[in-house]
Amino acid sequence: MKATALTSKHISLGAKMVPFAGYNMPVSYSGLNEEHHTVRNGVGVFDVSHMGEFILKGADALDLIQRVTSNDAAVLTPGKAQYSCLPNATGGIVDDLIVYKIDEETYMLVVNASNIEKDWNWISQHNTKNVSMKDISDDTSLLAIQGPKAIDTLQKLTTVNLSEIPYYSFVKGTFNGVDNVVISNTGYTGAGGFEIYFENQYAEQMWDAIFKAGEPFGIKPIGLGARDTLRLEMGFCLYGNDIDDTTSPIEAGLGWITKFTKDFTNRAAIESQKTNVVTRKLIGFEMIDRGIPRHDYVITDASGKTIGKVTSGTQSPTLNKAIGLGYVETAFAKADTEIYISIRDKAIKAKVTKIPFIKK
Amino acid sequence: MNFPADLKYTKDHEWVRVEGDTATIGITDFAQRELGDIVYVDVNTVGETVEKEAVFGTVEAVKTVSDLFMPVTGEVLEVNKDIDSAPESVNSDPYGKGWMIKIKISDAAQLSELLSADAYKQLIGA
Repeated sequence: MKATALTSKHISLGAKMVPFAGYNMPVSYSGLNEEHHTVRNGVGVFDVSHMGEFILKGADALDLIQRVTSNDAAVLTPGKAQYSCLPNATGGIVDDLIVYKIDEETYMLVVNASNIEKDWNWISQHNTKNVSMKDISDDTSLLAIQGPKAIDTLQKLTTVNLSEIPYYSFVKGTFNGVDNVVISNTGYTGAGGFEIYFENQYAEQMWDAIFKAGEPFGIKPIGLGARDTLRLEMGFCLYGNDIDDTTSPIEAGLGWITKFTKDFTNRAAIESQKTNVVTRKLIGFEMIDRGIPRHDYVITDASGKTIGKVTSGTQSPTLNKAIGLGYVETAFAKADTEIYISIRDKAIKAKVTKIPFIKK
Repeated sequence: MNFPADLKYTKDHEWVRVEGDTATIGITDFAQRELGDIVYVDVNTVGETVEKEAVFGTVEAVKTVSDLFMPVTGEVLEVNKDIDSAPESVNSDPYGKGWMIKIKISDAAQLSELLSADAYKQLIGA
């Protein structure tokens, strides 16, 4: 099993460790609910160094990115990032990712840990114009510092004015004395905050400096358990749960990152889905009667007919009620539609809910 | 982790406190840690006699769900209703306020098949 540069740190902090995407990762420290509330109300730090980073460089880097991703990377200027996905040729999604434009001919693609090899092979296969590609995943650490107090914590460690970095923008600057740190106003929590990318050799000093800076705000380390509940409250998709090789971006509600201003893999099929009607849609729902939805639970209508499947579910620590995401037949996708989740052979009432579940 | 010596344990991570022909049952400190924050406990078997190792209920945590197994055959007499309003007691006080059910033991001979605190600790590598 692989380790991040901070694995021993997590173990020394008493984290409960689990294997995730081939890495030994912290799933919780003080307890999932407490960590969740820490991020919503204060500031917490996630080691998400297992994520993959590819650097694409060259005159044709944009051309390659445009062909393999669904969003329009041509609108990016240096210092801007965008959420996107890699459609496959058969209607599904290879991975979702963030595309960072570093300079006119250099981009960084940030991909899911579980898909690093698959994505690398997929993009390489489309690299017909010899764009220089480098996988820096094993050398790169990524910390997500999230929560309303993240900016006050991090501002102590850099002269870069963090309040001037808009959402989905970044600055490559000096942070805690380390040069060329990518300081990105992004995250997977909906709580605000930043993600910082730097070389592994600085990982311990970065971690320690951030915790010292965040001490007055009650900063805490946060595990993957709370990362999942935080993203689910926002209705953010998790690859492998809510989207995968068989789900189309349109079905998944990712129409906003599919732009037909350019050509890309499987564009025609996706465009026809967008103009016509898809047969199923990813919806958010909340439980009306008691029960917690889990991945793969069957969704039925009032008569007991199967209409879909749960892809993610949990007890929302913020709302204190059970919420989930799942695919249902399009006729059942409207807000407030009554649906039923099969939990241990019982049909438990739920209703379709607009996402995000929590409003900022 | 704490495993009181006066309790009996199962390989399914339940504890049993025997009092005459009745027993109180809950999940161990190890189990509550593995499950994480408990949301509720679902027991629909009150009044029923449930066989040893059969499911008497389920425990839902934020992250996962787990079945609850009978340590010995018995009639489920009572479920801890306080857990509904304070599920966190299963995490904070698994052997006290976080107890789950009381049962009437059908066959006292089965008690000898339960694990001692030391044997349970060995099982989980504690």
